[in-house]
Amino acid sequence: MLVATATSGVQAIEKFNIHRPDVITMDLTMPQMDGLECIEKIIAIDPDVRILVVSALSDKATGIEALSLGASGFLCKPFSEEELVESLYELMQD
Amino acid sequence: MKEQKLQIFLSIISNYFNQFGGEELIADTPYLLENKQPKVHDYTGVIGISGGQKGVVYFSATRQLLSSILDSMGEADKSEENYIDLAGEVANTISGNARKEFGAEFHISVPFVFKGAPQSIVLPNDERSFIIPITWHSQVGEIVVCLQD
Repeated sequence: MLVATATSGVQAIEKFNIHRPDVITMDLTMPQMDGLECIEKIIAIDPDVRILVVSALSDKATGIEALSLGASGFLCKPFSEEELVESLYELMQD
Repeated sequence: MKEQKLQIFLSIISNYFNQFGGEELIADTPYLLENKQPKVHDYTGVIGISGGQKGVVYFSATRQLLSSILDSMGEADKSEENYIDLAGEVANTISGNARKEFGAEFHISVPFVFKGAPQSIVLPNDERSFIIPITWHSQVGEIVVCLQD
């Protein structure tokens, strides 16, 4: 199993192209490129990738936008380890 | 900033610490302070606010408070990098959660974190901020909110 990390939206796309992960957890507030733009670009490369947004942005509009761009799920911070595991498990069932 | 908006931040910070279970957060009576000398502890995560509201929200904590939070997360890595990351993450969570009340036009910046006294201006000099002192597991911190009406 490989786990990679990125500290910006730009780096996330670079790492995605190198590793082609099955699942991505992505914050929205990131330097250089925000998560919404990053989701859009990654989905354009691979529409089948599963992206779980993990963000403190708790307004409904942001969640709806992320899902409309292709994210598979949205987990609002703060969350517990159990909630994260459950969300990832649900993602993989789809 | 009107006092009713302060309650939003009080609820958010209580919710943040309640996720860990155990000891409840103690939030002391908030007070207004002139911005000339920002109140900070060992690590401070700062979020710039723009859009419908303008200003700054920051979370400042002692190393011991951050250490307690890391312990509650089950995180054994007590590196400088983790303390800095956590200070930014708490500030991000507080500010981001505020969007539920303030709406999507409450734009938050990427957090920046500094240690000790700030090297540059973080708050508008001619304004005042609400200071919310907090205590958790006997360790102290502050949430500071400076938003224009």
